[in-house]
Amino acid sequence: MKIDLFIPCFIDQFNPQTGFNMVKVLEKAGCQVNYNIEQTCCGLPAFNAGQWNEARQVSEKLLNEITPDRNFVCAGSACTGMIRNSYDLLFQNSSYHNKFRQLQKRTFELSEFLIDVLKIENLGSKFSGKVVFMDTCTGLNGCGIKAQPRKLLEQIEGLELVELPNQDECCGFGGTFSVTNSDIAIHLGNKKLNVIKETGVQTVVSTDYSCLIHLKSIAEKQESNLKFLHLADILAMGL
Amino acid sequence: MSAEQNFHQAVKKSLQNTELQTRTAAAAAKHQFAVAEALKQFADLELARNRAKYIKWRVNENLDKYLIDFEANLMRKGGKVIWADTPQTALAEIEQIIKKNQAKHIVKSKSSICNEIGLNEFIKAKGYDLTETDLGDFIVDGFNEKPFHGILPAAHKTKEEINNLLNQKISTSLDIELNEMTKDVRDYMRSKFFKADIGITGANFLIAENGMVCISENEGNVRLASAFAKTHIIIAGIDKILPTLQDVDLFFSLLSSYGNGQRLMAYNSIVGPKNLEEQDGANEFIVILVDNGRSSTLASHDQREALSCIKCGACHFVCPVFTNIGGHSYGSSYTGPIGSITEPLAHGLNEYKHLSNASTNCGKCNDVCPVKIDISNHIIRNRRDNINAGNETTGEKLAWYTWTKAMLSRKNLNRSTSIKNFTFRQLYKTAWGAEKEFPKIEEKSFNQLWREKFGGV
Repeated sequence: MKIDLFIPCFIDQFNPQTGFNMVKVLEKAGCQVNYNIEQTCCGLPAFNAGQWNEARQVSEKLLNEITPDRNFVCAGSACTGMIRNSYDLLFQNSSYHNKFRQLQKRTFELSEFLIDVLKIENLGSKFSGKVVFMDTCTGLNGCGIKAQPRKLLEQIEGLELVELPNQDECCGFGGTFSVTNSDIAIHLGNKKLNVIKETGVQTVVSTDYSCLIHLKSIAEKQESNLKFLHLADILAMGL
Repeated sequence: MSAEQNFHQAVKKSLQNTELQTRTAAAAAKHQFAVAEALKQFADLELARNRAKYIKWRVNENLDKYLIDFEANLMRKGGKVIWADTPQTALAEIEQIIKKNQAKHIVKSKSSICNEIGLNEFIKAKGYDLTETDLGDFIVDGFNEKPFHGILPAAHKTKEEINNLLNQKISTSLDIELNEMTKDVRDYMRSKFFKADIGITGANFLIAENGMVCISENEGNVRLASAFAKTHIIIAGIDKILPTLQDVDLFFSLLSSYGNGQRLMAYNSIVGPKNLEEQDGANEFIVILVDNGRSSTLASHDQREALSCIKCGACHFVCPVFTNIGGHSYGSSYTGPIGSITEPLAHGLNEYKHLSNASTNCGKCNDVCPVKIDISNHIIRNRRDNINAGNETTGEKLAWYTWTKAMLSRKNLNRSTSIKNFTFRQLYKTAWGAEKEFPKIEEKSFNQLWREKFGGV
C-alpha cells in the first residue's frame, strides 16, 4: 500500500531520527512511503493559540499538497486530531471544507493505522526492558487512541509494559499553554514525572513528541536518567 | 494590579499549597466516582445528553421569545419580573424591596448568581441581618471567602477548620463528627427561617410555558427560605430558561447526577406565586432576571452555546488546571473550564484573557458536560476572538508572523540552525520557564536529511 507520511514539526526540527523510524516501521508493515518534501506543519500551534488566520494559511498549504485517495499517516495524535477534528471548525463555510472531508477519512496516527487499518500487531521489533506508555490528551480524548499503542508495545519481544496510575491526567504541555502558563505547565509536568519515577521504569514511550519534549526538558534540568521515546522509535528497534 | 497579574500571583501561591491540592484531588476523585454511579440511571446517556444539548440550543436561539413568555406567564399568576442588566441594577432593586417591606431579617440560600452580583457584601454593608442558610456557603461566608466550587463551596476546608469556625460562630462543641455539626447548624438556622421577612434564593431553571421556578437542593434550606418569609426574591440569570415543564425531569436528573453524583437531589421544588385560595407561600414572588454580560455572549453566534451551561461543576473536577490551582485563583465568579469561557465573553476578552489561556486543551471537560458544550474549542475561540478584536501584543504578533513565514515555506524552515535557534530563543526563552531546559533545534531537519538521502533539493 502506498501511503503519504506526515512528520510533525516537533519531530522535523527537534528529533529527525524519529521521522526515519516512522519510515522504517511503515516499510516493515509493507507500505510504500511517500513524503512530500514541501510539507511543513498542520497548523495546530496557531489554531490552539487562537491565531486562526495564520492556522488557515498553513492548513490550506497542507490540504493543497495531499495526494488524493491515499492514506495519510501522522507521527503523532496531535496532528491527527487537528486534521480530523479541528479542520472542521477552521474550514467551515470555505471551499476547502470538501478537501478536508476527503482527508479526514484517510488520516491516521501511526498506531491507529497499524492496528485498525493494516491489522498488524507484531512487526518483529525487539526491546529489552520495561517501558511506561504515556497517553496523550490529543490521542486519548481527541482521537480515542488507547488500546492501539498498547497492543503494539505488548507484542515487542523482550518488552514489559508498565501502566501508570492516573493515565488520563494531562502532562501540562498544552501547546502555547506551556508558554502562557509555564508555572502550571511545569507543575503538571513534575507530577507526571513523579508518577513515572515511582514506577522505577527508565523509558517513557508516547505517540507524540510534543508531550515528550515537555517532560524531557523538565527532566533534563533535574539531571534525571529517564529516556523519552516516540512510539516509532521503539517499534523500529530490532527491525 | 490587573486581573491577570492577580491570577498569576494566586496561581503561584496555590501551586505551593500541596495540602490544598491533595484535598482537591480527593474531593475530585470522590465526586467522579459518585457521578459514574449516578449516571447508571440513564438507559441511554448519550441520548439524554444530546437531547439536553438540543433543548438548550433551542433556548439560546429563541431566548428573546422564551424570556417574554416566562414574564407573561409569571405575571398572569401574580408574580413580578425585574429585568436587571447589571449587578448594580439588581442590587438597587433588592434594596428597594427590603426598604418597602421594612425587612429586618433576610435569609438566603446557595446560589452562584448571588456571589456573581456581590449580594452578601452589599446587604451586610447596608446593615441588614443576612443569614446564609446553605451549609457550605455558610462555612465559606464565615471564613469571609468566596465559594471554592459552584456546587461544593467548602470542598477545600478540613473538618477541623470547619469545626473551629462553627465553634466560634454558633458555639458548637469541638471534636464532634460532621453529622453533629450539621445538626447544630440546622438548629441555628431554624430560628432564622421563622423570623425571616425576606427569603432570597437562586433558581436552577425557569419554565417559559408556565412561569414556574425550579430549584434543586439537598438541605431543604431553599424550601424553608421561601416558606416563611412574606417576600420571596429569586435571582436568576437569563440563561436559566427551559421551554416546558416536560423538560424538567431530564434536567433535574442530569444536574444532580453530574453535579452531586446523586440520581436526584433530596428536594426538588417547582414553585410559583401563591394562588388566591392558597394559605401558604409568600405574598410577594419576585424574579430578578440578571443579564450581566450574558447577552454579549448570546450575540456571538459560534460562542452562545456557552450559555447552555447548567452549572453542575463537573468540568471543574476533571480539569488539570482547576484541580491544581483551585477555585480561588481564578478571581472570577465562575471558575474552571466553563468559567474560562463565560467570564472573558461576558466581562472582557482582553481583561480576562488569562482565563482563556488557562487551559491545556486536554479535552476531558467535553466528555463530562451534561449538555455537551464543546468546552475546549470554546476556550480556543475566546483566544481567537480576542486576537480578532485587535488585542494581540506586539511580541505575539511578531512571534506568529515569524512562525507563519517559516511554516509557509520549506525554504525558510530549512534555514541554518543557528538562525532558527536564535529566533526560537528570542521569541520563547523567557516564557518557557527557568525550570525547563530549552529545547535545541537539530542541525538538520528531517526534511533536509530526507532531501539529501532521496533527492529533491
